[in-house]
Amino acid sequence: MPDAAIGWWGVPLAVAAGAVRAGTPFLFVSLGELLTEKSGRINLGQEGTLVMGAMSGYGTAYLTGSPWLGVLVAGFVGSMFGALHAGLCTLPRVNDIAVGIALMLFGTGLAFYLGKPLIQPQAPMLPAIALGAWSHIAAVRDALRINALFIVGAALAPAIMWALRSTRWGMIVRMAGDSADAARAMGYSVNFVRFAATVTGGFLAGVGGSFLSLYYPGSWSEGLSSGQGIAAVALVIFARWSPMNCFYASLLFGGAGALGPALQSVGISSGYYLFNAAPYFLTLFIMILTSSSEHRLIGAPSELSITR
Amino acid sequence: MSHHIVVPRRTVLAGLGGTALASSLPLGIARAASDAVVGFIYVGPRDDFGYNQSHAEGAAALKKMEGVKVVEEERIPETVQVEQTMESMINLDGAGLLFPTSFGYFDPYILKEATKYPKVRFEHAGGLWTDKDPKNIGSYFGYIFEAQYINGIVAGYASKSGKLGFVAAKPIPQVLQNINAFTLGAKLVNPKATTQLIFTGDWSLPVKEAEATNSMVDQGIDVITMHVDSPKVVVQTAAQRGAMICGYHCSQAKLAPEAYLTGAEWNWTGLYPKFVSMWMKGESIPNFYRGAFKEGLIKQSPYGPKVSDEARKRADDVKAKLTAADYVIFKGPLQDNTGKTVVAAGSELIQTNATDEQLESMHFLVDGVMGSLPA
Amino acid sequence: MADNIATDLSAAGPGAVGARVPRRGARTGPVAEAVLIPLGALVVSLLLFGAFVATARVNPLDVYRYMVIGSAGSWFSFQNTLTRASPLILTALCTALPAQTGLMIIGGEGAFVIGGLAAIAAGLPVAGAPPVVVQLVMACVGMGAGAAWIAMAGALRHWRGVNETISTLLLTYIGIALLNHMVEGVMRDPASLNKPSSYALPDADMISLIPGTEVHWGLVYGIAFCVVAYILMFHTTFGFAARMVGGNPRAARLAGLPVGRIILAVTALGGAAAGLAGMVEVAAVQGRASATLAAGYGYTGILVAFIARQNPLAVIPVALLFGGIGASGGLLQRRLDLPDASVLVLQGIIFVVILASETLFGRFRIFRQRER
Repeated sequence: MPDAAIGWWGVPLAVAAGAVRAGTPFLFVSLGELLTEKSGRINLGQEGTLVMGAMSGYGTAYLTGSPWLGVLVAGFVGSMFGALHAGLCTLPRVNDIAVGIALMLFGTGLAFYLGKPLIQPQAPMLPAIALGAWSHIAAVRDALRINALFIVGAALAPAIMWALRSTRWGMIVRMAGDSADAARAMGYSVNFVRFAATVTGGFLAGVGGSFLSLYYPGSWSEGLSSGQGIAAVALVIFARWSPMNCFYASLLFGGAGALGPALQSVGISSGYYLFNAAPYFLTLFIMILTSSSEHRLIGAPSELSITR
Repeated sequence: MSHHIVVPRRTVLAGLGGTALASSLPLGIARAASDAVVGFIYVGPRDDFGYNQSHAEGAAALKKMEGVKVVEEERIPETVQVEQTMESMINLDGAGLLFPTSFGYFDPYILKEATKYPKVRFEHAGGLWTDKDPKNIGSYFGYIFEAQYINGIVAGYASKSGKLGFVAAKPIPQVLQNINAFTLGAKLVNPKATTQLIFTGDWSLPVKEAEATNSMVDQGIDVITMHVDSPKVVVQTAAQRGAMICGYHCSQAKLAPEAYLTGAEWNWTGLYPKFVSMWMKGESIPNFYRGAFKEGLIKQSPYGPKVSDEARKRADDVKAKLTAADYVIFKGPLQDNTGKTVVAAGSELIQTNATDEQLESMHFLVDGVMGSLPA
Repeated sequence: MADNIATDLSAAGPGAVGARVPRRGARTGPVAEAVLIPLGALVVSLLLFGAFVATARVNPLDVYRYMVIGSAGSWFSFQNTLTRASPLILTALCTALPAQTGLMIIGGEGAFVIGGLAAIAAGLPVAGAPPVVVQLVMACVGMGAGAAWIAMAGALRHWRGVNETISTLLLTYIGIALLNHMVEGVMRDPASLNKPSSYALPDADMISLIPGTEVHWGLVYGIAFCVVAYILMFHTTFGFAARMVGGNPRAARLAGLPVGRIILAVTALGGAAAGLAGMVEVAAVQGRASATLAAGYGYTGILVAFIARQNPLAVIPVALLFGGIGASGGLLQRRLDLPDASVLVLQGIIFVVILASETLFGRFRIFRQRER
């Protein structure tokens, strides 16, 4: 089947394809962070967790030959980092924002250190499902070539939303986040709930990291993450702590990242630095619009330290 | 017009003696003065399948030499840190010859250090040494665009759609030389060939490089080449999408054996031992050294399975002519992609040991390249 | 009465770190605590790092030895340390000063970059004037630009409730994008072909080295800024008001303090420090603005601020420590074959352990203030 070139249509299609591709790590990290924040704790260390997940996933896949095992190990490593974060935060007088920044630096440094031998070798990649095989246009085929992790993530968003809203565990998590006193009064250990939520959040962030190294761009190097972990934290705020909004926002951020190269490929090539910074502009803009000094961060769990 | 400066044997020997002196340091780190110490500084990781690896391979060739000790440091950014690294190598390791391999190290860091340590030799890849600069600096570079030209020829034959792609970091002359040479080579074979150009903005941005590659393939492009520090991501992404690749810096054939056509590689393993033995014997290394196929500074990767016999023959043919310095790539009349004539009829841009101003300050894209440059 | 409020404030939480107003005659307790616990944490970190490299079959004692040699083993090494510490002293203030008012700002890198960019943009047109004038202009413009950048985040926080940690982080990315855009576009020197950068500052206008050393005057600017900031924060009414805003914002508002203006002033001051650091990098080291201006000094500054427990005076020795760690990194790479990321790991360990040690404050009886 000869490929048809598609001229200007290439831009929205590339953006759509990029939205799915680049959006998947955002999706996982933001959902993980959402869970953590719903329980009343903010984990800024997700960037370090993401990079550790990418490195460990890649290393595992290379050593064992199975990318899916790599994903699992990445998640496990991520949950270890989440546990570290939670453990440190339970100590009295320790500030969770500071711990997050510390773990971000530590996780990144550790990942670079351990990942040195992994820069050259090639690990097996995660498979993709070619949902667009029917098309004779390369761009459409590419846009519909979706990785299974994305589908998992896309299913996870409504699942988390349902779980938070309708299950007992979800209610406990939300109570720990909205009113720690009430949760304690009902006999739940707030520290344990937050611990569990942070560990789960770390697991998801690790999985998100493994997507970067095992699928797209599919390689381990020290420039792999361009701040996706941190942007994901901003994304959760942007999405006003709603899981479905996280899903849409992840697609938005992913698409914004793909905008620069897509525009260049149809001839608009000046100012690409500013284009590349588009997601950050967007987030800041939205944050300014949706915050106000009276209703500080609508929808935020009240116990979250950044709202006080 | 070349700039050979004779470094008096005395100075070199004094320099070597000086390093022996510097090696008796406080706190008891004695270094054997019997080995000549050569220092390498990389801007990125040594095993990046790209620029830094090509230099590291050259350094590895030096390690096999008798009486030579090599010290290396990697991931040194182009800031005052490289200055400190150089000083550390000179003072604490007794290095007498340094290879700071990244372009941005030259001004002001190498210039400052060379003035401060006149007895140490600095060999810089790519810098533009002029008469006004200290004499203990040497500037060397290979006109790798000759090999990109061959890449272009092979790509021209291999491409079914006639659409080629180039993922580039920044619009600097050395990158533009490559883009233009690649396109001219392809057009030699297929006059209607086009090269889609995308700038990622920096030397190592894996996500942007993958995005660029993907959007190129979406546009129907089936052969891609690049000028970024580590071509690994572009190669893998392109191969995954079914496109073919021409490599750069060093051979990435191992990453995509079926899709790899050929590649433009540095041949520092040929050059560095030559420089070092000259230095050790006290001979003068030229301050300004450029070369291409003829001088053995660059080489072409072996052809991959998808390269047709016709393509091989044509490419080998042109390569032989280039090696004999019998072929000009940038020959007038040449128009850029806005219609302006950039090389007048009858004039040529020649790659020699001299500074061809127009070549070194290239700021145009030839006709056939789809893309634009900032003003 | 004032003393009681002060000690209440010091128990109030994170922003109050450093806000303890000591009783006269009983200073030894808290001061000893503030020095010994972090020192202990550093020792623990070094031990952990030693254990870490031991798993890579490297002798920890070698590591310690080279760290000492590389940072202070010779005059050359020590100057290396000083040069690396200079920008850190200033960028740390960008986090430490707003922290006194309870704001967690991590945008030092952005302010650094914007400060450097603005400084060169202002310095080039006046390059013909006497060097003192040029440097003064550049310093003022650099500080002003950095101040505006961070004060923006402060204003957004106070009047729109936008979280300053996230906003300054985003502003950093935006600032770096702006730097790249300008330096490769409008401000580009056409002669800077293969390394796009702005026009260069004439050598005569560059900040000179301290006589007899290889270290530039930027180090002195940094130390001076820290001392002034310390006096401002801990020995003036303004500083007291600012720390009250940090310790107990509600009480501060009830007491009628102009919280908004205080936040603006302090964030502007912090941003000015980082902006000055950027100007120094341009005027003392690089001579021009290019993409390499974003060298990570801002991020390391955050670390320094936290380990100095947000105290402007403590920033100086901590910055020296980090300068030393960075300076010895090269030796670790060359002699022990440790990857350069090991320095990052060490910094991360120190940060984590220091944070964990926060919980030890007030726990040890020997440090408790004697009851009157």
